[in-house]
Amino acid sequence: MFHWLEKNPFLFSVGVFIVIAFAGLIEILPNFAEAARPIKGLKPYTVLELAGKEVYKKDNCIACHSQLIRPFKSETDRYGKYSLSGEYAYDRPFLWGSKRTGPDLHRVGNYRTPDWHANHMWDPKSVVPDSIMPAYKHQFKNVADLETAYAEAVTVKNVFNTPYGDEIQPGKEAYEKYLKEKALPEALEIAKKMKNKEVLEMVQKGQIPEIVAMIAYLDRLK
Amino acid sequence: MQSSAALEYDYSVAKLYMWTAVIFGIVGMTIGVLIASQLAFPELNYLMGEYGTFSRLRPLHTNVVVYGFTISGIMASFYYSAQRVLKVSLAELPFINFLAKFQFVAYLIAATLLVLSLGMGITASKEYAQMEWPLDILIVVYWVIWGINMFAMIGARREKALYISMWYYIACFLGVAMLYLFNNMEVPTIFFSGGLGAWYHSVSMYAGTNDALVQWWWGHNAVAFVFTVPIIAMIYYFLPKESGQAVYSYKLSLLSFWGLMFVYLWAGGHHLLWSTVPDWMQTMGSIFSVVLILPSWGSAINMLLTMKGEWNQLTENPLIKFMVLASTFYMLSTLEGPIQAVKSVNAIAHFTDWIPGHVHDGVLGWVAFMVFAALMHMAPRAFKREIYSKSLLEAQFWIQTTGVVLYFTSMWIAGITQGMMWRAVDEYGNLMYSFIDTVSVLHPYYTIRAIGGLLYLIGVFMFAYNFFMTATAGRKLEQEPQFRSPMA
Repeated sequence: MFHWLEKNPFLFSVGVFIVIAFAGLIEILPNFAEAARPIKGLKPYTVLELAGKEVYKKDNCIACHSQLIRPFKSETDRYGKYSLSGEYAYDRPFLWGSKRTGPDLHRVGNYRTPDWHANHMWDPKSVVPDSIMPAYKHQFKNVADLETAYAEAVTVKNVFNTPYGDEIQPGKEAYEKYLKEKALPEALEIAKKMKNKEVLEMVQKGQIPEIVAMIAYLDRLK
Repeated sequence: MQSSAALEYDYSVAKLYMWTAVIFGIVGMTIGVLIASQLAFPELNYLMGEYGTFSRLRPLHTNVVVYGFTISGIMASFYYSAQRVLKVSLAELPFINFLAKFQFVAYLIAATLLVLSLGMGITASKEYAQMEWPLDILIVVYWVIWGINMFAMIGARREKALYISMWYYIACFLGVAMLYLFNNMEVPTIFFSGGLGAWYHSVSMYAGTNDALVQWWWGHNAVAFVFTVPIIAMIYYFLPKESGQAVYSYKLSLLSFWGLMFVYLWAGGHHLLWSTVPDWMQTMGSIFSVVLILPSWGSAINMLLTMKGEWNQLTENPLIKFMVLASTFYMLSTLEGPIQAVKSVNAIAHFTDWIPGHVHDGVLGWVAFMVFAALMHMAPRAFKREIYSKSLLEAQFWIQTTGVVLYFTSMWIAGITQGMMWRAVDEYGNLMYSFIDTVSVLHPYYTIRAIGGLLYLIGVFMFAYNFFMTATAGRKLEQEPQFRSPMA
């Protein structure tokens, strides 16, 4: 019945390709026509928050934490309002995760303070005695890569029209100006809330440790 | 045209991949046992400073077993069996033979860079697509060379009709190419920021819900086109060859091939049930997941019935044991998946350990068993030596089977327990358990899972030893065995 097709590798391959591409055409492409619009009042991530998101990616928090609250009462009771598509409009990549070895974090900024996060990342057992999460002490020493985060902000502004202000411009000079005028004061505020002397001293010297960026990001998840 | 019986096949490329399959198998699964143990005994997170945490090691585990162990097994099987079913020797095609070796070198470079970059935490963060853009380009080059080689061999074939295995290899090539390209569309930041920041950093072309859709269209179908399609190609070649039996039904293989091709892609949405993806896509994902049972079971039943009248081989030949159990696990796994894709079940199962449990009865029971059987079938032919030890193979089979059973049963219980505890409410409608309660309760299951994984790993070491001894010290064979692989 199909023997002729099996003797014609070219037509066979074309056939396979059409059959496997079909679902994508119908299921995936239409969604792109109506790209997820941001919900009202959603602001793009600040550069410090983006740097924190990079720490979140680097230490691969999504291996154990989701950022997606499903529309069940048991989830909204535990984590807060269920997630909306428009809340993720500036998430490149999305960080929903696929496994909850630890709790969901999509609204963690609503119920945890910078001080709590600082203690938790330094030693999870100090705030959750039975926690199986490892400590991330290196985040208190490693310096966050603000420059790459800034490059990301410039890129999404120029390529995807993410609504950043005029302070986000290409080039080293613009970056250094932004770092001094915007990112460092933002980091200082977080460092003060963290009650950790060494971290505060580092930020005052102009160096932002990963933990500060990370907390800026986590605090933003609301 | 010369007689095909006189063809001398060239196994040099297949052999290279056989060795990398063994090595990546050991590395990937050792990391797997380590991270499984970390969940039961968190102190094990501190063996290597910031590089040794569960979170940093988990993508290393998945990538090394998927792109190291499994892809090596697939390529070894391809470069071995494609020559034979197409009746063309790589020795006749010197340029393609060279390209195949070049492809192997590209593979080693990509694998090394992948391990290093994931260790350093350089990641695009999409599951099973963590590579940043420079590595993506290298991988595309690798894959395209494979396609060139495949179609060049097909072009030079003497056997006009493509054997079933070749259908699946072609589908594997096309499917992965399409999905990988679309999912990894990303914008390197260095070109748009006036040269700022890390050169390898990029942002995804897609945002939020769109990104999730494309990612799980890939994530799900990476399972299709890496863990299913080429593995079916392997069993369609190696089971009939090892048993000396003809494939049970041509019509069933047709039906399951085209059915699988059409249905599989739709099912990706089942990873995103109850998310912010449009509801109709979720429903489509659910429905097609259930339909997927048909073509999956079609292949598996076709394989099992191939043994009709020859079931005695199951007791006599450990390679038949591996392959028959692989088909059986394939059936289990392709029934379990659709059950999890039903929306109400998914509400409990999603985000719990039932998911890694499901993945592992598929990959340990089906994929890896098939790779072991394929490697051991090829070894006597490629190295012209008898398999070193039958009893070692038998022991490996039973130890690993025990390991898989411990793994998935403990994860079933863990997943359902945790899923139920998350939603449990007291008589006033308040949540009964804090999150940490639902973690602490899992300790015994995490311990059992780690033991199951350890048993499996012991089996991998037995296999590696057996394979190494076969290649170097097995009794020399005068002529190529026809069906059943000779073993001491």
